Amino acid sequence: MTATAELVVDAGRRIAQDHPESPLAIAGLTVRYGDKPVLFGVDYATPPGAMLAIIGPNGAGKSTLIKAALGIVPKVTGEVTLFGRPQAQERHRIAYVPQRAGVDWDFPATVLDVVLMGLYREMGLWRFTGARHRKTALDCLERVGMRNFADRQIGQLSGGQQQRVFLARALAQDAELYVMDEPFAGVDAATERAIITVLKELNARGKTIICVHHDLATVAEYFTHVLIVNMHKIAEGPVAEAFTEANLQAAYGGRLSGAQVTRLAGASS
Amino acid sequence: MEILAPLFLQAGYNTALVTIGAALLGASAGAIGSFVLLRKRALVSDAISHATLPGLALAFIAMVWLTGEGRSLPGLMLGSALTAGLGLLAVDWLTRRTRLAEDAAIGAVLSVFFGFGVVLMTVIQTLNTGEQAGLAGYLLGSTAGMLRSEAELIAVAAGVTGAAIFALRRPFTLVCFDPEYAGGRGYPTGRVDLALMGLLLAVTVIGLKVAGLVLIVALTITPPVTARLWTDRPGQMVVIAALLGAAAAWIGTAISASGEGLPTGALIVLVAFALFVISLLLSPKRGLLAGLIRQRRFQTLVHERQGLLAILRNEPIYDSLTLRRLKARGWLRADGQVTPEGLSAARRAEADAARWQLYRQSHPAEAELLSGRMMEPMARVLPPDLLAELDSRLALAAAKRGEAL
Repeated sequence: MTATAELVVDAGRRIAQDHPESPLAIAGLTVRYGDKPVLFGVDYATPPGAMLAIIGPNGAGKSTLIKAALGIVPKVTGEVTLFGRPQAQERHRIAYVPQRAGVDWDFPATVLDVVLMGLYREMGLWRFTGARHRKTALDCLERVGMRNFADRQIGQLSGGQQQRVFLARALAQDAELYVMDEPFAGVDAATERAIITVLKELNARGKTIICVHHDLATVAEYFTHVLIVNMHKIAEGPVAEAFTEANLQAAYGGRLSGAQVTRLAGASS
Repeated sequence: MEILAPLFLQAGYNTALVTIGAALLGASAGAIGSFVLLRKRALVSDAISHATLPGLALAFIAMVWLTGEGRSLPGLMLGSALTAGLGLLAVDWLTRRTRLAEDAAIGAVLSVFFGFGVVLMTVIQTLNTGEQAGLAGYLLGSTAGMLRSEAELIAVAAGVTGAAIFALRRPFTLVCFDPEYAGGRGYPTGRVDLALMGLLLAVTVIGLKVAGLVLIVALTITPPVTARLWTDRPGQMVVIAALLGAAAAWIGTAISASGEGLPTGALIVLVAFALFVISLLLSPKRGLLAGLIRQRRFQTLVHERQGLLAILRNEPIYDSLTLRRLKARGWLRADGQVTPEGLSAARRAEADAARWQLYRQSHPAEAELLSGRMMEPMARVLPPDLLAELDSRLALAAAKRGEAL
């Protein structure tokens, strides 16, 4: 065992091992970009079957939290387990939906090409894309209402359509945990409804959903659990318990007016 | 007529072998170049190729000292691969560890390595060996007098590189398009990038003798850029770039073999460039000609749409192009009377215009993105649920207007 891991154990925070059922558990997660710490000592165990919103002000480290948990950005220290096992072993059970802005939409690909990327692991190195793969991809596009757009060049999609395609790619993986970075940012209302319908349907079938979420007004309507962060963990738990005035005030400080906070937290109870 | 013999592999076994080897090299260069271009690191290949020169010269000097014979191709390849690798690492290090952007790092590495190489080449000129002339071919590419073993080595190495690119095509595609998603799926993005640059380096080193270190870049960049004009799909782009690269290398090598002293690399580059110019003019997707035609078609559609809306509003139409189009589509009779088809087309145009107006109000950013397609039927532009929402809101608004009356 390495020195850092022992440190975590010494502090009595063996959260990861203590939660073999949790689809995604982190202990003592600390990340920094350059000289700036972005997350500090965050512990959390996602309840199985939860529909979790990670909320917090801009720059609070929400996206960084999921990126570090999935091994996309390096962490300074901390432990991550997926379904009670080391992260690297169980990564195939996770579908990650990054932010749309991180991608060059002028890339030469059609909508179908992007969804097929969700099946690359299955196809392996040498095999060609088969009719079966294409059918799976088209089915996933159907579920997000984009089947008629399969041959469309991705550069010709609106923001909402891009987000639907990203969701379809995640669906193609047939994962057990869906981790999404701001899926509702900059999409139209119809797309927001289409996405939340698909997510609730997945959740009803026992899949766990984690979304980095920025719209506090919809937290109570869409999610069952919240994790509130602002560099440190501020609060966690079922929406009714954790999505409270005091916790929001602690996370957002002066960035939300008192009236806003009261109204938002009141909406959940 | 002299060029035809080598072009169809009829100019002797050695020339045929060289031509095939060059074509395989061109295919590998086009394929790996596509991924490098999509990763937006095309300039790195320039740094790599120029960084081969000191290694080439050092390998030559070392081999002359050790064996008295400096022109062994495997030895020269090894030497150039070493300094090219160093150059690549230097670019990488400068970009990650200093405040230099990658383009500045490339400029610095390229000039320093190439300058060092030129100094070494000058030293070689003073050496007491009669072989210096053989090195000049590596600058601009030369297949004249290539040994059979050399041609075989190039062909086999290019083939192996091509197979490696094929095996890694999916990780490459994923990392080029969406590195974060690739990382989330457990692809080691750092190592995939390393493999991409490693294969680019391999192709560069293999191609030194044929295309020359100054010109090999053209073989890794021009065919992919040309292929991008022909397709919007990643797999097709790689295949087309490989075919274009193979064609350019094949034809360039054949022309070079048919004439005395024509540098192979320069001819390959010229052929690749000719293919690019033809594609730029004629490609149906992104070609200049197709662009003009699209513009004309858009203009026509605008005139048709305006004409139809004018019909509904009972406004007179004076514009001659509009009148011609409406008559050609059978929406107006020769005497200027509206046909039943014309009337229903006008209703459809009006409905779509109303949808567009509502869409622009409710989704300004998205409508802006799609504005290039606003002359198409809306059902082809928006997903069905969004279309249904627009229609129900329009119906609601119409009903309200009815009540108000």
